[in-house]
Parts: sequence; structure tokens; C-alpha cells
Amino acid sequence: MLTIENLHAEVDGKAILKGIDLDVKAGEIHAIMGPNGSGKSTLSSLIAGNEDYEVTKGEMLLKGKNLAELDAEERAHEGIFLSFQYPVEIPGVSVTNFIKTAINANRKAQGLEDMPASELLKKIREKAKLLDIDSKFLSRSLNEGFSGGEKKRNEIFQMAMLEPSLSILDETDSGLDIDALKIVANGVNKLKSKNNATIVITHYQRLLDYIVPDFVHVLFDGKIVKSGTKELAHELEAKGYDWIKELASHGI
Amino acid sequence: MEFKEKLLSSHLAFEEDLDLNDSVHKTRASALKVFEDKGFPSKKEEAWKYTSLEALIQKDYALFPKSDSSIEVNDVKKYFLYDTDTYKVIFIDGVYSPFLSNTTHDGLDVCLMSAALSKPKYRKLIDTYFNKIAPEDDSMTALNTSYAKEGAYIYIPKSVVAEKPIEIIHFSSGNENALWLQPRNLIVVDENSQAQIIERHQSLKEHPVVTNCVTEIYVHQNAFLDYYKLQNDLPSASLIDGTFIVQEKNSHASVHTFSLGGKLIRNNLRYFHKGENVMSTLKGVTILHKKQHVDHATLVHHSQPNCESHQDYKGIFGERSEGVFNGQILVDKIAQKTNAFQQNNNILLDDKATVNTKPQLEIFADDVKCSHGCTIGQLDEEALFYLRSRGIPKKEAKALLTYAFANNVLESVQLPSLKKRINGQIAKKLGVNLGFDL
Repeated sequence: MLTIENLHAEVDGKAILKGIDLDVKAGEIHAIMGPNGSGKSTLSSLIAGNEDYEVTKGEMLLKGKNLAELDAEERAHEGIFLSFQYPVEIPGVSVTNFIKTAINANRKAQGLEDMPASELLKKIREKAKLLDIDSKFLSRSLNEGFSGGEKKRNEIFQMAMLEPSLSILDETDSGLDIDALKIVANGVNKLKSKNNATIVITHYQRLLDYIVPDFVHVLFDGKIVKSGTKELAHELEAKGYDWIKELASHGI
Repeated sequence: MEFKEKLLSSHLAFEEDLDLNDSVHKTRASALKVFEDKGFPSKKEEAWKYTSLEALIQKDYALFPKSDSSIEVNDVKKYFLYDTDTYKVIFIDGVYSPFLSNTTHDGLDVCLMSAALSKPKYRKLIDTYFNKIAPEDDSMTALNTSYAKEGAYIYIPKSVVAEKPIEIIHFSSGNENALWLQPRNLIVVDENSQAQIIERHQSLKEHPVVTNCVTEIYVHQNAFLDYYKLQNDLPSASLIDGTFIVQEKNSHASVHTFSLGGKLIRNNLRYFHKGENVMSTLKGVTILHKKQHVDHATLVHHSQPNCESHQDYKGIFGERSEGVFNGQILVDKIAQKTNAFQQNNNILLDDKATVNTKPQLEIFADDVKCSHGCTIGQLDEEALFYLRSRGIPKKEAKALLTYAFANNVLESVQLPSLKKRINGQIAKKLGVNLGFDL
């Protein structure tokens, strides 16, 4: 699904990623953990096509296609979805109309006609139910005045509507209470299939109790310093990140 | 001959077939004197600092165009709210077109200024209302007054709700090389009455046309006026508009101005309060490209206690376009408990586009709530990335954000067919095919 090779990236001339290798196959869930400032969000932004970051070396391939050649919208058309850590408030655009515009833009890119309104409404109803989203919520302006939990649920709702092949959840657990966390995790789990893949980016192990990863990677100072299975997450939870810093400082 | 000289010397010819013994003649004559003394406004005047008429007045405009009856309904239908039944007062090159119009005297008057100014049965109303609020010392208004003869005359008597919207449309045919128009409208909404009015100025062919328009509006006790200005003319057309509104107690007057096309537009919009519990609404969306120039000069004069005014102007400026907003709020000492709010938000899409925005609040009362805010910015890059990351292409994403930016002004448009029309015009202006219905 996604292959990242020796990825280096910088923002405003400052190196953030210093050689990332990652291989995510269909059907897999990968967790990327690491302390603040290690480059986690940069990595997710880069995969989604944020132009604030510059790739200086290495490459990213999605289903064999070089992502460097694709704009953010083209990456979305290829099946990449980023659940934002801080979803942007857009007053004046309702959730429903936003999702309608997004779905039809993706269909257009695939050479399809607009989704018939009845089909769209049915799908919206079904996915809203999955995430316990009230219909009143759907007519509100996108993310405007949403609580942290509502924003994150709305992100996963969009993911459910767009049915991406690669989802990146950037700190989806931040700002969520335990009930909202369960709803979001349940949604993500229900959407999982053997044809799609998920990258979960998180600082804490908590989310991984509900979205169980196949692989866990630890990012520190722009490099993946350790990879393992879900037990690695527990180890991090128990020991904190200091021993990772220790590992990194010894060049291991 | 300079164009000013032409205006002065042509006045005799203009009044040739008019009654020189009535009071309107005196009004015209003294207005002409004001224009003669003051001339066209120059950039030296504070109120015209950012808008120059200099280039416009270099041309030799025709003042008395030949009437044209060759225009068919099908040529102009698209400028009407065709899917809604409306009263219409339509002019072509300043001359009334009975063929295109749909006027009435049935319970309310939707008819012609020329009739109101000349027929005895309107005399009392003209004496009461004509040229009573148009500022006498403003040279462009004075110029209009000196040539005041034709336009729309609308009178809604007490306790009447005009059940159809009223369209006032001034077409210019393009038959003259260059044309100068000076329509004069008078609108009176009497006690407990309501009306919705749409005004537009439209060239049918690309040719230089300048419209110096003045509209006087009286909104009496408990009356409601909902007024829309559609300014989406061809790039060769300019408009200098003066709209002056008097409101009596418990009335609401709302003016929406959509400035989407034209060469140069100057909107002077002024509100005067003559009673308590008045509500004044001023909203606008301006979307410009190329070298278009739009100047909104608003004034709300709070001279009574317990009144409210809300101003909300959004501007989106691309290429080398220029926007000006000068919003004046005056609160007299007597006008306690005034609520006066003003917002002017602008987005610059290109480096060469400019905006000058100036809130001007003069408050002499001490128990008031007044606020103003103006911003000039760009489209939010983060929001743009958010939309694009969902598969919405850059151009559509920009259009969507632009539209969303203007949306709270559009939301308050009360006529659904008009709202749909403006949405379509905005989408076209933004170069996208999005069915905006957010």
C-alpha cells in the first residue's frame, strides 16, 4: 500500500525528518508513537501532501505511484485520508455540503457522475449512526464551535464517507474523553478491511487499547528508532520515552 | 468643451419641455448652481480620496439619447427575476419602456418619476418627499437633482404589503458611443407597510456608460423595506450611486449591495433616524477582478435613542482590483442606548489587489454599544489544505472558501429566487461550477 524510503524533509530550512523507512501493507494497522517534536505530524502532513514541508531526499510510493508527483487533492483521489489533529473551522460551509462536495470531487476524478442525492443521504445517515452523530450536527458549519470530541468524530465520519484505502489518524485521541474515544475507535475498527490500511499517530498508548495495531514504530528526532508489535506500545507506556532517547543518543 | 461645461450648457435644452413655474424647477436650478460651483469631486476631498472620476469625465457623453424600442423581452429577460412574478419599472437609455415594464396603481403606486413630478395629483407627495434628504452640498447628488426627471416612483400606502417584489432596471442599449444617465428614484413606504425592491443597472453592449443615480427612500413607522442592489454590469459601465434613507420609529430598512461587475462603482449609502426603535441593516458582498474599482461610503446617523444599525461588508479582490470601504457612524448625544455594529472583512487574492478600509465612528452619547472591525487578509492556507486533502481541487476549494467567507451576507437575502441568482453569479465570477447552497 504505502512504501516510504529514506524520507528526509524540512520546513523553513530546518530538517524535521531524517531518513524514514516504512512499509504499510493492505489490511494492516501501524502505530507511530514518539515524544512531542519527533516529527510525527510532519510525516502525516507530508503523506497527505501539505506543501509547507519540503521533501529533500527519499520517496513515498502509494500502490506504486510516486506521491511527489501528486497534489493533495490527487492524493485524496488515490485513496489517502488524513484525520487532522486540529481540524480547521470553516464557517459558512455545512458538514453535509462539505461532504457532498468532497464525495463528488472524488467521483469526478474517477470519471463518475455526482452521487444521486438519495444515495448520498442514505450513506450519510448510515455513517452518522456509526459514529453516533446527530443529524442537527450535520447542518452546522464545518467544525465551527465543535468540541474537541465532535471535531474528531467528524473527521472519522468523513473517513467513513470517503472510504479511503490509506487512513492516517493524527493524534485522533487528543481531546477525547473515554466515551468519545470508544465511539471513534469503534468506527475505525468497523471501517477496517483487508483492502485498506491505517496509520495511527499517537503520543499515548491509550488509543491502542481500542485500535489494536499490527506494528508499532517509535519516532524520535526524525527517525524511526525502534519497531515492534503492540507490546512495544505497552513498554513505552510503562517506561516513558526516556529510554528511547537514550537508545537514540547511542546511535542504535 | 469639458464635460462639466456640457452639463451646464445643456440644462436649458433639458428643461425645454418642462414646467418652469413649479417648485421642482427651482430645486433643479439651485442644484445646478451647486454643481457649477463645486464641479466634479476630486481626490483632494476626503470622501473621494481613493476614488477618482478624473478619467471617467474625459469622455463626451450623450445626455439625451434617442429612444430605442428595438429591444425585445428575450434580449433582456435574463436580467429579470423571471421565475418570480414582479412589478417592473424598466428604462432603456433613461427612457421608460412601457413594453418591458409591469407597473401598477392598484392599491400601491409603482410607476414613473416623470409622472410624479409633473402630474398635480402627486404634487403633495412630491412637495413632501422630493429632494428632502438628498444632501444639497454633494456635487454628484446636486448634478443628479439638476437633471432629475425620470426614474422609478414607488409609493406603498399605509398598511399595505406589496405582494410582489419590485424590480427597477436601467438598461443601456449601447446605441450611443458614450452615455451619461441620471436616474432619480423616490420610494415611500408608509406606516405598517412592506416592500421588497431590486435595483440594477445593466449595459446590453460594451460601451462607456456612466450612471449617476440618486434614490430617496422614506420608511415610515412600523414599515419594513428590503432593498437589493445588483451591481454586475459590463466592464465598460460605471455607477455613482447615492441612496438616502429616512426611517421613522419601529421601522426596519435593509439594503444589500452585491458588487460583482462594472468598471467603477461608488455607493453612497446614508441612513437617517427620525424615531426610536429603528433598525438599519447594511450588507454587501463585493467580488472584483481585473482593474475594477468599488467604493462603499456608508453613513448611519443615529439621532434618536434606542436604535440599532448593523453593517456587514465582505470584499474579495483579485488581480488589480481596488476596494474602498469608508463606514461612518454618527451617534448624537441624545441617541442613548444605541447599538451600532460595523464589520468590513476583505480577502486579497492577488498581490496587486488593494483595499482601503476606514471605519469612522463619532460618538457623543455615553450609554451606547458600538463596535467596528475591519480585516484584510488572504484565504486561509490551512483551510485550503484541509479541503484539498478531502479531494476538492484547489480552484474549487478556493471558491468554496471565498463563498463561505461571503455566506453570512448571502444568508440574509430574503428572496429565494434572488439568492439563487446571486449564488449562480458568484460561482460564475469565481470560475467554478459549484451549486452553492451551503
